[in-house]
Amino acid sequence: MSEQYAFIAIFFLLVAVFALAPLLLAWLLGPKKPNPRKRESYESGLHTFGKAWVEFKPQYYLYALAYVVFGVESVLLLPWAAAYAFLPLYAVIEATLFLLLLTFGLVYVWKKGWLRWM
Amino acid sequence: METYLRYILNSLILLIIPFASALILIWVARKVIARIQDRLGPNSSGSWAGPYAIFQTLADAVKILTKELIVPEGADRVVFLAAPAVVVAAALLVWLVIPFGPTLQGMDPDIGIFYVVVITPFTLFSMIMAGWSSRNKYASLGTFRAVAQIVSYEIPQFLSLLLPIMLTGSLSLQRLVLAQQLPFALVLPIPALIYFLAMTAEVGRLPFEQAEADAEIVAGYFTEYSGMMFGAFYLAEFINNFSASLIFATLFLGGWRGPWVEQIPALGPVWLVLKGFLVFLVLMLFWGAMPRLRIDHILNFNWKLLTPLALAMLIVIAWVNRLAFDLGATTLAARAPWLLLANLGVGVVTWGILRHVDRGARRRRDAQRFEPFLE
Repeated sequence: MSEQYAFIAIFFLLVAVFALAPLLLAWLLGPKKPNPRKRESYESGLHTFGKAWVEFKPQYYLYALAYVVFGVESVLLLPWAAAYAFLPLYAVIEATLFLLLLTFGLVYVWKKGWLRWM
Repeated sequence: METYLRYILNSLILLIIPFASALILIWVARKVIARIQDRLGPNSSGSWAGPYAIFQTLADAVKILTKELIVPEGADRVVFLAAPAVVVAAALLVWLVIPFGPTLQGMDPDIGIFYVVVITPFTLFSMIMAGWSSRNKYASLGTFRAVAQIVSYEIPQFLSLLLPIMLTGSLSLQRLVLAQQLPFALVLPIPALIYFLAMTAEVGRLPFEQAEADAEIVAGYFTEYSGMMFGAFYLAEFINNFSASLIFATLFLGGWRGPWVEQIPALGPVWLVLKGFLVFLVLMLFWGAMPRLRIDHILNFNWKLLTPLALAMLIVIAWVNRLAFDLGATTLAARAPWLLLANLGVGVVTWGILRHVDRGARRRRDAQRFEPFLE
């Protein structure tokens, strides 16, 4: 078993090498002549004004928040799905209740108006 | 020592496959898109690029390596430079568990599919890193959209993923393939469709291409990237497309199973790659033929259709499968008609609800439109 972990470790290490190699190679081969014009932010030719790190629309945040609810609860469904074939009938009933709770969460979010783009 | 050498060799093979396939697939994609748009696409440019310009991507790679790495003014330097490396790493990590054949697999952990689910969102991390660190308005916009879209589509993807796991009783990808006496797409057509659409959104292919909508926000989260750093994003995108297609083929199209694979095990990878390539071609056809949807339409489609549908599918299939099993249909083939009937039922009900909702919306819209004339 520990040998398998050794394989994973080697694989991850080589992934890091493969991910960094093209960038390092480009850094070695490419020219390095930065100038202020070149380093301006790209805004389709216009001069940049204002700041880019602005307060963003709360809508995006609400979707991410709704995801957290679903994400956490769906992780709990994974072991149930893997054991489903060997479980007695009441496990199916309980999972149905759990899924209905999830659905209730969705309905709540929907009725609350979070899914309406403003 | 010898085992470690073998590990290194195996890892190298596993890592060279995605790179090589991406080089080929970029050429394929450009050619397919060009044909859809009535162009020639990459064409033989002298003796360098070879017949039909099959070495065009290689030439592009060489060219892009000799370009300057420009870090824009005001960018967060460390995060900006780390993002392209993270995106390539995230794209490569999945290849550890893809089952190419009965014994041909980097590794078959018991939680194989969970590993895939955990690894793929790292692409999203790199998008956030890239978009936030570039300090560019287009990049920020692209990042907001990417987060909202990809995070949302993970839910129906995950929920429809649970159904093959339920029918298999294991999280191991090898067992998932072995359990498919019938490809799961034939038994579970609606979950397969949901998974496919969610997967299209996850890899950011049209019609769900809001993160890098090039017609409106230049290139979304990687607007500021040029040279090999842009190349890293481009490469990772194609590796992701292909690995997602291979995972779809593994989960729903029977993986390496196919005719004569029992006699000649070497046919396994051929079948898998063929299926994965067909799925990839469908993605490319979407790319060539679909318009881009607006971000709120994309999110509505997910939260108001795909997610409820996936939840309903999960409950219905859990019950139908269990009842059919208790009635004596122990093999998958015996349960297939029941499961198909359940799919059909849910499909018809969904269609009815959609039709009803659509009619209501149209009636309200027409009433609004003709109101001034009626008075």
